[in-house]
Order: sequence, then structure tokens, then C-alpha cells
Amino acid sequence: MPLESRHLLGLQGMSQPDIQLILDTAISFREVLERPIKKVPPLQGKTIANMFFENSTRTRFSFELAERRLSADVLGFQASGTSVAKGETLKDTARNIEAMKVDMVVMRHSASGAPHYLSQVINANVINAGDGSHEHPTQALLDMYTIREKLGKLDGLHVCIVGDIAHSRVARSNIYGLKTMGAKVSVCGPATLMPRGIEKLGVDVYHHIDDIIPHVDVLNVLRIQLERDAGRLFPTIREFHNYYGITRQRLERSPKPITIMHPGPINRDVEISADVADSEHSVILQQVLNGVAIRMAVLYLLATRN
Amino acid sequence: MRLLLKGGRVIDPVTVRDESLDLLLIDGKIEKLGRTLTSTSVEVIDLKGKIIAPGFIDMHVHLREPGFEHKETILTGCTAAAAGGFTAVCCMPNTNPPIDDESVVRFIQNKAKVALSGLVDVYPIAAVTQGRKGEHLAPLAELSAAGVVAFSDDGDPVFDAELMRRALEYAAMYKRPIIQHAQDLPMTKGGVMNEGFTSTELGLAGMPPIAEDVMVSRDIALTDYTGAQYHVAHMSTAGATELVRRAKARGLNVTSEATPHHFTLTDDAVRSYDTNTKMNPPLRTREDIEAVRKGLQDGTIDVIATDHAPHSYDEKQVEFQAAPFGIVGLETAIGLSVTELVQKGVLSFYQLVEKFSVNPRRILHLPQIQIEEGEPANLTIFDPLAEWTVDPSTFKSKSKNTPFSGFRLTGRSVGVINNGQVYWS
Repeated sequence: MPLESRHLLGLQGMSQPDIQLILDTAISFREVLERPIKKVPPLQGKTIANMFFENSTRTRFSFELAERRLSADVLGFQASGTSVAKGETLKDTARNIEAMKVDMVVMRHSASGAPHYLSQVINANVINAGDGSHEHPTQALLDMYTIREKLGKLDGLHVCIVGDIAHSRVARSNIYGLKTMGAKVSVCGPATLMPRGIEKLGVDVYHHIDDIIPHVDVLNVLRIQLERDAGRLFPTIREFHNYYGITRQRLERSPKPITIMHPGPINRDVEISADVADSEHSVILQQVLNGVAIRMAVLYLLATRN
Repeated sequence: MRLLLKGGRVIDPVTVRDESLDLLLIDGKIEKLGRTLTSTSVEVIDLKGKIIAPGFIDMHVHLREPGFEHKETILTGCTAAAAGGFTAVCCMPNTNPPIDDESVVRFIQNKAKVALSGLVDVYPIAAVTQGRKGEHLAPLAELSAAGVVAFSDDGDPVFDAELMRRALEYAAMYKRPIIQHAQDLPMTKGGVMNEGFTSTELGLAGMPPIAEDVMVSRDIALTDYTGAQYHVAHMSTAGATELVRRAKARGLNVTSEATPHHFTLTDDAVRSYDTNTKMNPPLRTREDIEAVRKGLQDGTIDVIATDHAPHSYDEKQVEFQAAPFGIVGLETAIGLSVTELVQKGVLSFYQLVEKFSVNPRRILHLPQIQIEEGEPANLTIFDPLAEWTVDPSTFKSKSKNTPFSGFRLTGRSVGVINNGQVYWS
């Protein structure tokens, strides 16, 4: 069964079988990454453009590696600022690149909905590599893959996402994906970083981290943006760390070990203490490795769907 | 001009008339009014089933000239107004240069006089503050003398409470209302749509409804204190509607307007990321729509105005957050109002005419139009039963940015008559 959509714009509305297919397909690509020769031929002759309108190292490298490991031809750029600031519209930039016979476009953009718009103005497959505060589907897929790898399942697990939920595309994609796969999802953070009506997505909302820690299997700790409206949404970094920072001391109050995840980049000793980030229950580096396999799976499934 | 309009339903709230009558128009005047008129050497037009009303005025229009002629000009804007059933518009001052000086007022008046030979009366609204910067008062007395009918920094609120107080006091000397784009600025900074569950799902920065409520509340307090005249532009929230209702009950000179898009669409429309659903104030929720409709029904909201805000095709062909705010409205106003208000039992046709003609003229202290023998013919004629599909490519406006493309509507302008000129849609 091929994927339902020819684009990967988000996990909202993506069916359980489709998510399952991506996660299962990633297993074999994960195996490829362990081989001495980490390259397979399925995307030979395909051309993929990576359009990163927002700075990114991890996600850009991850996509680029995934594309090269699948033998695709790869081009790309990274430019910060909106397309308007650049003087050329997103539509024109994308159409020009497409005119060079590009098959797939991977895009990161600071504007929510930009990949959705792009999919309406070009014919290539569009893969969302993160749009504004909206979705980051491949991140959520690699998070789910990593949880399943570590704990053997998704169904019935309790995952809590901690931090700035309001501005997080990782949070939204994780909520959609995990709920579809049968997990229970909670979010925790100060009221000022909770988007309005988030509970309607079927998540429980917590404002005190110690209330939720004893009940969860996984903590997905979001990066707190230090520069975010300084002092208007939360008072100080120190206070945030004291009230929401994930520390060993806090985790010890839980009766069972909790798997620790973080989409990166980490602010050590802000949202997560260094010893927790480096502990045996942290799967942060596995997330990075699995990210390549998940992106290979997504690219492969979309490219071979046509 | 010699026209005999036969059998139309004349609705004129000023002369308290609602009956089928014939109108004989000669040289721009209503020569005769009667049950069955006949005359020789006149063009006879059968208007059976159509409504003849005193000319409609849209008191919230962006004509874009001077400065943004790629979006709209005075000529194309007036043509869109005529095609949509309006014989008058008020144009907002966020032009370049802004309307904060008598010379710009004269420029617009001169252009309007020759556009369609003066068919559409254009009443400029001038800026409250110099350059619309919210710092110093514009020359309100000179601007009033030049013919400006109201003041507004529309697009932005007059945010400084002290300055707003002084503007209200000063404008009141010349019987001019301050029209406020009511919004607390820090609360809406960076926002591109209504704040709520939909903005949470879409990951778009929200503009909370309370940003409007807070500003309307403050302004009502200032209006109370100064005894001046205050008008809320494009009121979109349940909260602000209730505040205006209470202010009116206390006898304050507070009025308000609502746009067709705010009584028709919810923020669900934004799910498409269609930039033609992006406007300021944003589309709100079902509860807000119900409150606005209730406000229109009980008179809390006096006026239907479109906030006609043309933007070129390319300007809207961008990511949602990069797109400018605003949609065109002149050519869909009657259709949306009949479909959403009259057909759904919110307003009668008589009340609709009040919202489109009588009330805005009262607020702006313009003479009322009367359908009476000897009076100038200033008429809007519309077909209350015409069913049609919105096709932006047929718009007379230079811009086509509407979220209503493909909508099936009932009610459409047939033609307008004013200043001796006739325009059939």
C-alpha cells in the first residue's frame, strides 16, 4: 500500500497505517546505516532540492545524508529571513528550481503553512522539514521510531512534552502522531507558553512538572528559546530551569525509569540538566541517528509512490 | 436623462415608505412618484420584483490612490462601488501620502469628480494623526473645512490614550466622529489570525479577541469623559459588541459597523492557508458571528461597511504570514448581506436599507437621501432574489482578493443612479 498523500506536509490527519508504514520501512534503512557501505540505489536518477529558509544544521544534514544514502542527486541552499526579505517570492524561487526538473522539494520555512502553499504551486513532492510553529512531521516520526525502538511499542504509553508548547512545531506533530498511534499525550509548561485550546487536541495540560513526572514513560523536552520575548512570556531562564528543568533529582521521584528525548539543540542546564541529557535513559543521540533512517523511509516511499 | 422606472418596490426609511411605485426621473431629479405613471419619450425600465432604495454608502473603503495605484485607483474603486450598488464611499487615509493634509483631500475630490462623471460620491476620511504615526494631531479643523467627514488612523488604532482623548475633544468641535480600528497593539503584535483553537492547530500567531475588547472599553470611557462622538470600525467580537450595546444604553454617542466577512466566515476558513482569509481584524469564531448578527438585529451595530481592501494578485501569492491584511468587498456586499442576514431572518430589507444608507449618513452628518418628488435621484436598485455565483474575474475592482470565490449568493445590485449618471450592473 503506497502512502495516501504525495506530499508530507504534516501528521495531522495522517492515517495509522501510513505512519506504521513509514516506521516499518525505516527499520530496514536503519539497518543500512550500520553497514560498512551505507548507500543503496533506490533514488538513483531522482533530484531533490533542499530549501532551507531558516537556519538548521541537524535537520538539513539529516535530510541530505538520507538523500545521498538513497543515491539521489542533491542540491540545496540555506538562507535566513522570509522570501519577501530576499526579494524573490517563495513561489518564484520554488518554480525556478522546479524548472530544472527537480523531483522532490524538502523545505524548512519560518512561516506556518508555507509547505502547504508550496504544494499548491509546484508539481514536485513537497516534504515539510519544519514550518513555523505548525508541524515538523519527520521529527515526530523519528521520535516515535525511537520510542518504539526503546520501549517496544507506542500504544498505551504516556508521553509528556515539556516546555514552550505554543511555539513548537515538534509538539504539534508529536501530538498528532502519538495520538494516532494510540499513545497518551500530556503537555507541561507555564500557562504563558500554552497555546489556546490545546486541550481540544486530546492532551492533558499540566503546569507543574512534578505532578506529571511519576505518571509518564517518556519526557520529550523542548528547547526553550532564550531570546523569546525576553521577560514577557516567562520571567527568567533561572526560574524556568527551577520550575520546569528536567533534573536527576526530579526524575528520582518517579517509581520507574523515564525515557528522555530532546529534538535539539539542547540548552544544557536550562530545560534539561547535563547529567540527564547524558544519562543511560536519554535517547537523544539515537533520535539523531534514527532521523536519517526515517527520512530515508519518507523519501523512498514518496519517490516510489508515483 | 429621461427614465421611467416601473413597478419597483420603493423602500425609503426616511419618508417611511415601503410600497410599489413608479418613478419618473428627468435630468437627475425625481420628477414624479406614483402608482401608475406614464410619460412620452422616456426610456421605460421594468423593475418589477426589484428594490429601489436611497443610494447606498460604504463608509469603509480603501481606494488606494494616491500611492498604491497597482491595487486600486479612484476610478476602478468607484466603478467597483457602482457595480456593487453603492452611490457613495468613504475612503480611508492610509494612502501614500496619507490623507492628513488638505492637498490630498483636494486631489481625491478632483479625481472622484471626473471618475464616471461623478456618479459615485467620494467622502474622504482623514488621518487622526500626522502621517498616521500616532504622535501629533493632524490639522483636524482644516481637514474638516476641506470636506473630510470623519477621522481615523485605520489600519492602526490611535493607541495613546491621551492623544485619543484630545482627538475626540478636537474633532467634536467640528461634529466629526473618530473612527477607531480598535486593537491593543502589544496584544496583536505579530498576529495574523484570530487567537483560538484554530490558530493553535495551524501554528499561526494569534490576535486575541480581547485585544479589540480592551481598546473599545478604553475608548468608551474616553467618549464618556469627553462627550465626543466615537465609531467602532469593523467590529468583530462578541465582547466589543456587548460593550457598545451598554454604551448606547447609557446614551453615549457611540456607534459601530460590521463587515460582511465578519458576519459570514469563521476562522475555520483560514485552515486552507488561503491568504484571502487574512484580514485585520481577523475572522473570528461562530460565537462572535452570532453576536455580530444579534448586534445588527438590535441596532447595536448601525452600519454594514465592507472594509474594501484591494491587494494585487502577487501580493497575496505568498506565505500566509507574509501576506498583507485585507479583502475586497464592494461587489459582494449586497449578496452576502441578503444571503446571510435577510434570508436568515436577522434583518428585514427595510433594516438592510437603514444599515447601508440611513445610518452611515446619520453618523457622518451627511444629508439624508429621500425618494420624493423634486429630490435629486440618488438610488440603489437591487434584485433581492437574483441568484449568482461569485466570480472574481468579473470584478470591476482592480484587485480580486476575495475569499468568496465560488460562493452562491442571493441578492445583487441591478444599478445605481446619482448626480445625473446611471450605471447598470
